[in-house]
Amino acid sequence: MSKPSNILVIDDEQVIIDAIVKICSIENYSVDAALNVKTAIEKIAKNYYPIIICDIMMPDGDGFQILDELRKQNIDSALIMMTGYSTVENAVNSLYQGAVDFIPKPFTMDELLSSVFRANKYQKIKKKQEELSQHNFVHSILYVNCPAKYLRLGYSSWMMQESDGSVLIGVCDLLLKTIDSVIEIEFLEPENEIAQGVSCFTIKSGDERIHKILSPVSGRIIEVNQNLKLNANLIEKDPYFEGWIYRVIPDDIGYEIKHLIPCSSDRL
Amino acid sequence: MFKKIGFRLIFVVALTSLVIIGVFAYFNIKSQSNSLISEVERHANQLGETVISSTRFDMMLNQRDRIQQTINSIGTQPQIRDVRIINKVGEIIYSSNANNINKMVDKRAESCYACHAEDKPLEQISITERTRIFRVHPDSNRVIGIITPIYTEKSCWQADCHAHPKNQKVLGVLDVSISLAEVDKAIVIREWEIVIFAIVAIIAVGLLIAFFVRRWVSNPVNDLLNATQQVSQGNLNYAVKDLSNDEIGKLGDSFNNMTKKLSEARMQLFQSDKMASLGRLAAGVAHEINNPLTGVLTYSSFLLKRTKDNPEFQEDLGVIVRETLRSREIVKSLLDFARQSVPKKGIADINEIIDKSITVIEKQLSIKKIKIIKQWENNLPKITVDANQIQQVFINLFVNASDAISKEGGTITAVTKQISLSPFGVAQIKKASCPKRHSLIDNEFKIDGLPALKVKVVSNGNEGIVHLDPVYGKHRNHFDLGFNIDKNTKFVCPDCNSSIVEQDKLCPKCGAPVLSFEISGQGVYEVCSSENSDWEKWDFVDSAGLKEFIEVRISDTGCGISKDDLPRIFEPFFSTKGQKGTGLGLAVIWGIIDNHNGTINVESEEGKGTTFIIRLPFSQK
Repeated sequence: MSKPSNILVIDDEQVIIDAIVKICSIENYSVDAALNVKTAIEKIAKNYYPIIICDIMMPDGDGFQILDELRKQNIDSALIMMTGYSTVENAVNSLYQGAVDFIPKPFTMDELLSSVFRANKYQKIKKKQEELSQHNFVHSILYVNCPAKYLRLGYSSWMMQESDGSVLIGVCDLLLKTIDSVIEIEFLEPENEIAQGVSCFTIKSGDERIHKILSPVSGRIIEVNQNLKLNANLIEKDPYFEGWIYRVIPDDIGYEIKHLIPCSSDRL
Repeated sequence: MFKKIGFRLIFVVALTSLVIIGVFAYFNIKSQSNSLISEVERHANQLGETVISSTRFDMMLNQRDRIQQTINSIGTQPQIRDVRIINKVGEIIYSSNANNINKMVDKRAESCYACHAEDKPLEQISITERTRIFRVHPDSNRVIGIITPIYTEKSCWQADCHAHPKNQKVLGVLDVSISLAEVDKAIVIREWEIVIFAIVAIIAVGLLIAFFVRRWVSNPVNDLLNATQQVSQGNLNYAVKDLSNDEIGKLGDSFNNMTKKLSEARMQLFQSDKMASLGRLAAGVAHEINNPLTGVLTYSSFLLKRTKDNPEFQEDLGVIVRETLRSREIVKSLLDFARQSVPKKGIADINEIIDKSITVIEKQLSIKKIKIIKQWENNLPKITVDANQIQQVFINLFVNASDAISKEGGTITAVTKQISLSPFGVAQIKKASCPKRHSLIDNEFKIDGLPALKVKVVSNGNEGIVHLDPVYGKHRNHFDLGFNIDKNTKFVCPDCNSSIVEQDKLCPKCGAPVLSFEISGQGVYEVCSSENSDWEKWDFVDSAGLKEFIEVRISDTGCGISKDDLPRIFEPFFSTKGQKGTGLGLAVIWGIIDNHNGTINVESEEGKGTTFIIRLPFSQK
C-alpha cells in the first residue's frame, strides 16, 4: 500500500481479476480489486481510483450501483463497464449513466488495454481542463464539444438527424483526443446493418492500438464518407462536419434517442 | 339404460304406437263384433218372421200339432237353441224344447221388460228392444234371444173359432234364441289377430327407430363424446371423422374447428414459453461461459504478447486466441438466437421482400426442377418490419419447401393478401390516466412483458394495488390483495386518490362497479372491478373494427409433414433432416414472426404438401 492504485477492478470472478491485474501491470498500472459491490463501495470511499473497471452482474448488486455511488459522492473516476451478459441495453444504459466505455466479455488483452488507455487519457484531459478553468483559462480549449443539435453516446460517438430523415454518425472530438493520432479507419460497407451500442467501426491509432467505436443508433448504412477513406486525418481535423463516418437510415430513432445525451447540455 | 337418448326415444315412440294401435284395435273389435251381432240379430229376426209366416196358416186353422212340428224341425238346427211361442198370459204353448211347454214365463223377467214395462200395453217396438243377449249359466256361451210379437189380424177375430177378441192387438210372442258361440269364437280370433298385429307393429317401429337413432344420433354423439374426452386428456390433434351433413355433423365440424384453433393457440403459447426459457437458458449459459472465456482469452493474448521472440509459442498461442475468439462468436450467436436480437424495423413491401428471397434461392430451385408460382395481391400496404429478418423467414421456408419436394420436381406457391381479424385479445393499452391526468401505467409491473395498468384499492382501512392486463380482451389481471373487495371498496388513482369508478354504471355481467380509464386520444376503456368477471369494453378499438393483417401463404407439393411431427416442428432442436439440419430453422422463424407481433401456422397433408401461413399486423404498435 505504499503507492495508491490507479485502477480498481470489481468482479466476482477471481480469474478475471487476476487476468486484468496481469494485463494492466504490463503498462505499469497498479490494480486493486473488489469481489463484490459492498467492498467496492468501501474501497471507493477510502481511496481515489482514477479508473474503475466494473462487472455489471454481481451477487450482491450491479455495476449501475457503483455508478450511482460515484455520482452521489461526486467522485470523477472513469468507469469502464464490462459484462458477459452483453445486451445492447446494458451497453447503452451504462454509457448513458456516465460510464466512459463498455467492453463485452470475453475480451482480448488489446481490447482491454486500449479501453484502459483511453480512460486514462480521458481522466488526464478532464483533470487538465479542471485546472485550466480554475486558473480562468476559459478560452484554452482542449477538445471541441459537439454542436448543439447533435446527440452523443457517452463521449464516444455522435449522431445528427438530417432533414431527409437519414442520420449522420461520427466520433466525438474528446474520444479522438484520448487516442493517439488516427492512422487508419476500418469501415463497414454500405447496406450493412449496425446496432446501437455495438461496435460499428475501428480506429487504428499511432501506437498500434485498435479502438472499437460503438454506434449511437441502429440502422442500415447507406453511405460511407469517401473522403475519410482517402484521408483518415480528416476525422481529426473536422470530426463534426467533414469527418462524418456513415450516413444511416435509422430503424427506431424515437426509442433510441432516449439513451443518447443531447450535446446542448455540454454548454451549460 | 333409461338415461340414453336412443332408449328414451324408442320408449316414447313405442308407447305412442301402443296407445294408437290399442285405441284403434278397441274400436275396430267393437265395431266388428257389433256388426256381427247385428247380422245375427237380423238373421234371428228374419227367422222369427219366417216361423210366424210359415205357421200362420196352421194357427188360423188351429192345427196345433203342425205348429209344434214346424217349431221342432226349426229347433233342431244346430245354432238354434230354442224356439217358443208364448201366449198372452205368459204360458209357453209351443217350444222346440218339450219340457218347457205349458210353463209360465214371468212377465217381469228381464226378457219381457221391454214390452211389459210398468204394465203398459204391448206396442210395436224396434228390433233392438226386442233383442236380448244373455247367458243361461255364467260359464255357458252367450245366447241372443229375439222376441217377435204375433199381432192380431182381421182374419183372426173374423174367423169362426173367434178365439181372439178384436181389441187384443198382440196375441202372443215368438221367442227365438240363437247361440252366439260361433260369433264369439270369431270375435276372439279377431281380437287375437289384432293383439298380434299390435305387438308386431310396435316391435317393428321400435327396431326401425332404434336403427335410425343409432345411426343418426347415438353413434355420432358417441363419436363426439369420445372426441371431447380425447381433447380433455390433452390430445388436441384428435378430429371427429365421417361427419354427416346434419346438425350433429355441423356440431362435429365446429368441434374439429375449435380443437384446431385451440391446438394452434396452445402451440403459440407453448412456443413462446419455450423460446423464453431457451432464451433465459442461453443468456445464463452465455454469461457463465463468458467469464471463463475471458480468462482464456486474456491470458492467451497476454502470453502471445510476451512471447514475441518465440515463434514456436507464437503459432500455438495464436491458435488458442483464434479459437477462443471463435467461441466468443458462437456464444454471441447463441445469445442472438435466444434474443433474436431486437428487430431493426423499417417500412417495407412484403411482396418485394419475398421477391428478394426468391432471387436468393432461384438457382437452387431451378436445379431441382421446382417452379415458383407467385400470386401477389397488388397494392399491399407497406408495413413496419425488419426486412432482413422477414427475408430470412421466407428463404428458410423456401429452402424447407424445396427439401420436401422429391427429385421429380414440383411447385412452390406464394400467395399474399390483406385480411382483417378482430382486435379483441390483441389491442394493447399503452396510455391510461385518471380523471386528473395522472398516468396509470405501471412500468415496474409487467403482465406478459407489457406494462400493466395500476389501480389503488382501499377497503376497510386496507390498501393495495391491483394490476390490470393491458391487452384488451386477455384479462390476466392481478388481484393478489390480502383482503376482500366488497361494496365499500374504493378504486382510486395511486397519485391523487381521485376515484376511477364510473358513476351510474354497473358491470352488465355481474353488477360490480365499473372502472373507467381515459386512454389519451383513444376514448375510454372500461373494465369490471370484480376479480371473477371478465367484462371489459373499449369502444374506440371496437368501433375501429377489425385489425388489418397481411397474410402470406407458402405452399409446396412436397412430401408433407406427418401428424406426429406436426405439433413439434417449431420446437428448437427438432429436425427431421438428421445430421443435415440443426433443428433451429423453424424455431428462429417462429421467434422472428412472434417478435413482429405476428403469427405462423402450418397445414400439412402427408404426401400432398405443406402450407405455412404467416400473418403480420399492419402496425406494430
